[in-house]
Amino acid sequence: MEEKKPIIRLTELKKEFTGSQGRVRALEGINLEIMPGEIFGIIGLSGAGKSTLVRCMNFLEIPTEGEVYYDGQPLSAMKDAELRKTRRSMGMIFQQFNLLAQRTVLGNVCFPLEIAGIQKKEAVDRARELLKLVGLSDREKAYPSQLSGGQKQRVAIARAMATNPKVLLCDEATSALDPNTTKSILQLLKEINQKLGITVIIITHEMAVIEAVCDRVAIIDKSRIAEIGSVTKIFAGPTSKIGRQLILGDAAEKVEFGRGRLFRITFDGLASNEPVISNVILACKVPINIMYAATRDIKGMAAGQMIVELPDSETDIERVLHYLERAKVPYEEVGKDDL
Amino acid sequence: MTFDLAVMFAEELGSSLVMTFVSSFVAYVLGLPLGILLVVWAAGGIDPRPRVQETLGVLINLFRSVPFLILLVAILPFTRKIVGTTVGTKAIIVPLTLASAPYVARIVEASLKEVDAGIIEAAKSMGASTWQIIWKVLIPEAKPSLLVNAAIAVTTILGYSAMAGFVGAGGLGAVAINYGYYRNQVGIMWVAVALLVIVVQCIQSLGMWLVKKVDRRQR
Repeated sequence: MEEKKPIIRLTELKKEFTGSQGRVRALEGINLEIMPGEIFGIIGLSGAGKSTLVRCMNFLEIPTEGEVYYDGQPLSAMKDAELRKTRRSMGMIFQQFNLLAQRTVLGNVCFPLEIAGIQKKEAVDRARELLKLVGLSDREKAYPSQLSGGQKQRVAIARAMATNPKVLLCDEATSALDPNTTKSILQLLKEINQKLGITVIIITHEMAVIEAVCDRVAIIDKSRIAEIGSVTKIFAGPTSKIGRQLILGDAAEKVEFGRGRLFRITFDGLASNEPVISNVILACKVPINIMYAATRDIKGMAAGQMIVELPDSETDIERVLHYLERAKVPYEEVGKDDL
Repeated sequence: MTFDLAVMFAEELGSSLVMTFVSSFVAYVLGLPLGILLVVWAAGGIDPRPRVQETLGVLINLFRSVPFLILLVAILPFTRKIVGTTVGTKAIIVPLTLASAPYVARIVEASLKEVDAGIIEAAKSMGASTWQIIWKVLIPEAKPSLLVNAAIAVTTILGYSAMAGFVGAGGLGAVAINYGYYRNQVGIMWVAVALLVIVVQCIQSLGMWLVKKVDRRQR
């Protein structure tokens, strides 16, 4: 079987901006391969460099050092016209949708086709086809100001797909949308990926977005890739500090990880109707990290286990264990390798 | 007598409008491309050439800072070269245009700057060239604002044209000065002023009506 080649490959990418405070590093030492047909997530806190990273992929930002390969071709070697042609094979959508306010929905979707020099009639036909795909056939005469956020993003997706791209770059595409709309837009992106085989690259600061649709994820922190791998693997066991912070939440930051002690609490059905963890936290005033939790319904009774991390303080741990004993909740200490 | 006056007012109104609209038109022919260049060449613009852009900006400011009457006199030789005379309606159009073009360039620049950078970025991501961005994004998206500012520009140019009397050109401004100031016929002066007010109102309303008609943002 022929081995798949990456559709986008970044090598030793570095981007610096020269501003009023001198040089600011946005990206450093980025090596990344994105395979055709996958949904690849890039997550990080704001200012981590993820938006710059996605803009380097279509050379909206030109990297200071390193190279971007699209389908094996280095972008830096391309002439202007060639680069513009390459950009047409990479659609892009944005947080603020960026629709042309003075054009109708249909006009917006026709726009990239006009730019590519496609005949008007052919463009309109293609645009109608795409509006059908995103479920907005009945709004083709509307103007963007008459649409909801979700509808605007659907138009933007149709527009990005107009030139038959192989890649769809999504820059915080759901960050301005409510949770329900986010879900439906992600569903649409997934459909596009599966039906049309388009590679989707999703930039977000929301872990839920990555979890919902991505196959692989790269976590960006302070201009570098902190961690990269399959979503299932990284969710099960983030190895970087930022990864734990993003996946496990704020608690991971306040309590020093890697120094606390781990305990397994077993729920045998007896204590299951009692909010054990909340009670422990309230009664003992000790921050607790839930590292892992699984409960299932066995013959009508909740059973399961939870691995929690307690801060490295003898008195705190003693207080918690004493409470658990009194509440008749079985526990045992576990090592880090048991995770 | 009243009939003669009415004919006189009609004629002068006509030459005011001719001066204003011809000058405005030529000012836009010169100012619109300059305004576009100011935006396109700006640092962080579509095709950044900050050095050239700054120089252009300084030149435009230079022209704008010369008071109109002084400019009018200073360029008399140039005016003669262009239109063959230094008096009359034809002669006023040259300084009027030269004084207005830099102003038009600045207001065009302001209008185009209102276009959301995100929209321009989106167009770039679709492989649009600089020209395509100018014609298909910048100008159409800024159209309502360009029209609002055009109405302001035309009324301002009408105001400048009132100084035409000094080079022997006609127009309502000249009537107001000649009759009201030199001959102390205050009544005629006020009629001329009233006509100017009406013209300004009409231009402004026409501009706003057009904007409302073309702007697709609020409906």
